[in-house]
Amino acid sequence: MIEVVAPGPLATVQDLGRPGRLALGVPRSGAFDRAALRLANRLVGNDDGAAAVETTLGGLAVRFVDAATIALTGALCPGAPGWGTAITVGAGTTLRLGAPRHGLRSYLAVRGGIALDPVLGSRSTDTLSGLGPAALRAGDMVPVGSSAPGEVSGAHVGAAPPDRRPLAIRFGPREDWFSAAARRHLLTTVWAVRSDCDRVGVRLDGPPLVRDRGGELPSEPVLPGAVQVPADGRPIVFGPDAPVTGGYPVIAVVLDLDRVAQLRPGEAVRFRPGSG
Amino acid sequence: MRVLRYGERAWLLEPDDPATVLSLAAAAAELGSVAEVVPAARTVLAVLVDEARPDTVAAELRSLTPTASARRSGGDVVLDVHYDGADLTDTAAELGVGVDELVRLHSTADYVVAFCGFAPGFAYLRGLDERLHAPRLPSPRTRVPAGSVGIAGEFTGVYPRESPGGWRLLGRTDAALWDLDRTPPALLTPGTRVRFRPA
Repeated sequence: MIEVVAPGPLATVQDLGRPGRLALGVPRSGAFDRAALRLANRLVGNDDGAAAVETTLGGLAVRFVDAATIALTGALCPGAPGWGTAITVGAGTTLRLGAPRHGLRSYLAVRGGIALDPVLGSRSTDTLSGLGPAALRAGDMVPVGSSAPGEVSGAHVGAAPPDRRPLAIRFGPREDWFSAAARRHLLTTVWAVRSDCDRVGVRLDGPPLVRDRGGELPSEPVLPGAVQVPADGRPIVFGPDAPVTGGYPVIAVVLDLDRVAQLRPGEAVRFRPGSG
Repeated sequence: MRVLRYGERAWLLEPDDPATVLSLAAAAAELGSVAEVVPAARTVLAVLVDEARPDTVAAELRSLTPTASARRSGGDVVLDVHYDGADLTDTAAELGVGVDELVRLHSTADYVVAFCGFAPGFAYLRGLDERLHAPRLPSPRTRVPAGSVGIAGEFTGVYPRESPGGWRLLGRTDAALWDLDRTPPALLTPGTRVRFRPA
């Protein structure tokens, strides 16, 4: 059992989400930075998709009621006894994470996994549709599974350095709603992450992208990573809790969603055409 | 049919005839290289399985031959509706039909679920009489009760759970549109045929 002392700005339980139900209107949800979740789970010997805690700008404080083996990954927060490696904590230990200097989301995996009841096969909090457990609050007691399938890893991966390269995108499916000049504008503009970025979407500020044609786009499917351009011309990069359909044209799709997870309000973002 | 790139792990299919969307979705779902399909108003998204090569799957998708005839794959659902919605009178007046006529038109048509979206289990039903096509409310409500039956544009639908919403509310049903203990939890899934019956 883990007691939540303070959740920070937003702490949720996340696994790899609810794939396969988009046609029912159920978003995929799940960890925003999936590589960080997988790494944390592997370090403590869990399945890749075990449920862990996803923090937003640090600030999480938890007390381990029982001794536990844990791992922290994602945005490096001060105050942790180790990063990117398995750590043993004794019963009664309190872990307090400060705010990361780079990146936004961090993951706390516990050997055995967070054992809240799954909803539609997942323990992820879907902040848009309200499926899964509520966001963590001070005083919550969070159960931990009693066993894990793998061995605890001895690896010391550490923290990943900040990645400031432009985000790779593939144009489409609706790049033909924009002129060649507007598509260049997407690539040459230094966009700024707006303060209202969340698990549904990372909203960007900059000189607006002008659409080449008017009219409405009948609702069409949306996936995490889609760069949607609403009527005001300011793009939104959809996150894991994005709605399954949308009515604005998607000019491009970001290929590495894990990097989007780590974008902070105010941070500068550029795009580049690419693959992988 | 256009096959449009959607990143590197999905393709968006845009058939020439929107009436073939559900048939196309069913055909794409049969492919072993496709993990999941999502129909929408005029398009179908095909999400690839992890090991699939995008260009190979695009060729497979291009070779599909959907038909406009509705496949008898979905079930049939009749929903009993209390036509006492908050927007019933105003909408009838705006559309220039009487309330009784609005209820008659809404409850005598045959509908089919075109796609789900907006919220888990929220089904967009096609088949609404053209005389009932009305724009969404100018300002959405912050709270629409579960079971509310509404119309917007060419669609009608039922709010599966309490949520915000901008559709014009004609009435309500007691049917459980969304039940996590049911598989699937959504009562109305793409292809389901639906009728409304005044309660």
